Amino acid sequence: MTNEYAVEMRDVVKRFITPEGNELAAVDHVTMQIKNGEFFSMLGSSGCGKTTSLRMIAGFEWPTEGEVYIEGKPMGHTPPFQRKVNTVFQSYALFQHMTVFENIAFGLEMEGAEKEEIKKRVAHALEMVQLTGLERRRPKQLSGGQQQRVAVARSLVKVPDVLLLDEPLGALDLKLRKEMQLELKALQQQLGITFIYVTHDQEEALTMSDRIAVMSKGRVQQIGTPVEIYERPANRFVADFIGESNFFEGTIKSLSENEAVVHIPALNADVTALPVSDGLAKKEEVVVSIRPEKVRISEKNNMNVNMFQGTVSNTVYIGTDTHVYLDVNGAKLKVYEQNRISRLDPKSFYVVGQEVWLMLMPENTLVLKKD
Amino acid sequence: MADAHARKYTRAQKGLTMFQRLRENKSAQGTLLAFPTLVWMMVLLIIPLLLTLVISFGRRTADGGVIFSFSLDNYIRLLGYSTKCDSGAASCFDPLYVQILWRSLTLAFNTTVLVILLAYPLAYFIARAHPKKRNTYLFLVLIPLWTNFVIRVYAWIMLLRKAGAINLVIGWLANLFHIQFTPLEMLYTPGAVLVGMVYEFLPFMILPIYTSLEKIDNSLYEAAADLGANSVKTFRRVTLPLSMPGVVAGTILVFIPVMGTFIVSDILGGRQVILVGNLIQRQFLDARDPTFGSAASLILMVLTLIVTYFYTRKFGFGEEIVVA
Repeated sequence: MTNEYAVEMRDVVKRFITPEGNELAAVDHVTMQIKNGEFFSMLGSSGCGKTTSLRMIAGFEWPTEGEVYIEGKPMGHTPPFQRKVNTVFQSYALFQHMTVFENIAFGLEMEGAEKEEIKKRVAHALEMVQLTGLERRRPKQLSGGQQQRVAVARSLVKVPDVLLLDEPLGALDLKLRKEMQLELKALQQQLGITFIYVTHDQEEALTMSDRIAVMSKGRVQQIGTPVEIYERPANRFVADFIGESNFFEGTIKSLSENEAVVHIPALNADVTALPVSDGLAKKEEVVVSIRPEKVRISEKNNMNVNMFQGTVSNTVYIGTDTHVYLDVNGAKLKVYEQNRISRLDPKSFYVVGQEVWLMLMPENTLVLKKD
Repeated sequence: MADAHARKYTRAQKGLTMFQRLRENKSAQGTLLAFPTLVWMMVLLIIPLLLTLVISFGRRTADGGVIFSFSLDNYIRLLGYSTKCDSGAASCFDPLYVQILWRSLTLAFNTTVLVILLAYPLAYFIARAHPKKRNTYLFLVLIPLWTNFVIRVYAWIMLLRKAGAINLVIGWLANLFHIQFTPLEMLYTPGAVLVGMVYEFLPFMILPIYTSLEKIDNSLYEAAADLGANSVKTFRRVTLPLSMPGVVAGTILVFIPVMGTFIVSDILGGRQVILVGNLIQRQFLDARDPTFGSAASLILMVLTLIVTYFYTRKFGFGEEIVVA
């Protein structure tokens, strides 16, 4: 039986008692649907509830309220060893007293598989993670990256409906992490297994995921594709957490379906922008957000609306881009200009103290809820 | 004058370079640090041991002195050769000492097994308790050690004797239900010695097992469950193997002293339960035969070494820190 959703969380709440005796909702009314065959990420900083959510899917924790469904079946208090999901732990949790082979074979032995079948499947799993030949090593004799692969192979050998990954690359260095990101993604596409991936690294989430749930304080802030999350953040938190943004607080003066005019006191001006958040209303206190790479700098005022004069206060050359920091009527703004032309003095165009015009294209300027 | 000064200067410099060389020479540092203990062990362990060996080959004099010779008589006697035979024969097999050795060995074995069975669940409970409570529990485990070993053994007399606490409670219960009850003879039995030994050595098993269990990361239990193991399988395949170093260390800490101790059997066994430790003690203090006592000591040591050797060859010394 295949269900449309591999995993569903319906209005799930998980409360813990803190050591001080207070009640804390680590997961606070979370609802999400994860489709079969999807690479789904839960993204957020520590304490946002992403790991607790994952542990409830795995069965290590049980929801205080709400229900977790796997392949359409409510899980209730089903213990982990009766769920067709497997976990790759942040610490890998490899059995140090067993060889690589024994580690990977463990799950199959628990199923009561035949010796010959175990051999075949372990060999296949090792091939998948490119560790053939290391069967007889102990985990301690492997590098961090290799241990990580063993952990993945140990989980995948059971052919779970869903693979849960709890920050599996957190302990690896940057270069290896990037390699493993691509490998995991390729593996997921090749196997067609649903991956639920927990990370605090936004770049990692954007690189690998089909869809991302951005979480904060136990709540889901937004679920969407990487492009949706970046280009149409649901609120200020998401815009701030993913990538960088310039924010200006203001009040909506007029509002239509695809255009809003927001008065921004800091700029002492009205800005025409794109309403993005759901349920915006006239006179609402909102925030206007524009990504630094989407602000255009020009020498002349060549547009009637959304043009502001500013002074260059600092420039930073970082290779691909030059970061230009500007001062607009006392408000700060940063702009990332791509270094499209090879020249030895990329700063020559922007000199500290120089007066320039800033263009905030209405389609790049987003009106967002404050929280 | 200037010459003397220069000589003094070079001497000081030589001392300085020696010191610098020592700072770079790790193995010399190690030798230096081990030196006091080495001397201590030489004087108080190796030399007495060699003396014991020499004496064990000697003969006793009538007043308890030693004539140094090379005689295997003491060892032959220990293995059952006797010249005082009831049948009137010149020599016969007397199993007395072999029995004592066997009794010591089985008692040490039984004590160790019982101690493991009692200590493991408790150690597991402490290791899985809330970190804040663990220290309290460990503290409770250690409290009995504040009382002298001998006094704690004597306390068991109060519990085990005919008019002791255990008989009193059972008698009171029997009376309550109108059952005929004659007080149990518990003191001066092998069982009393076993109970005393288990009680005395329990903490030495709890602590190492706790230490190795406490090192097992919670995620390993979760990983086992995640891969389909129920709690029984998780225990057998993950918890137990990972805690074996603690069990091994505890076994060494319990088995060896139980083999040699004579206090518990002396107090709780009376004349009924004679162990090799009692035999040795009596040879030196009562029978005034240091040569036979020395031979028995060496046999005990060899026996313990053999058992420990085969045990550690199978299980290691328990020194590996298994969990990274």
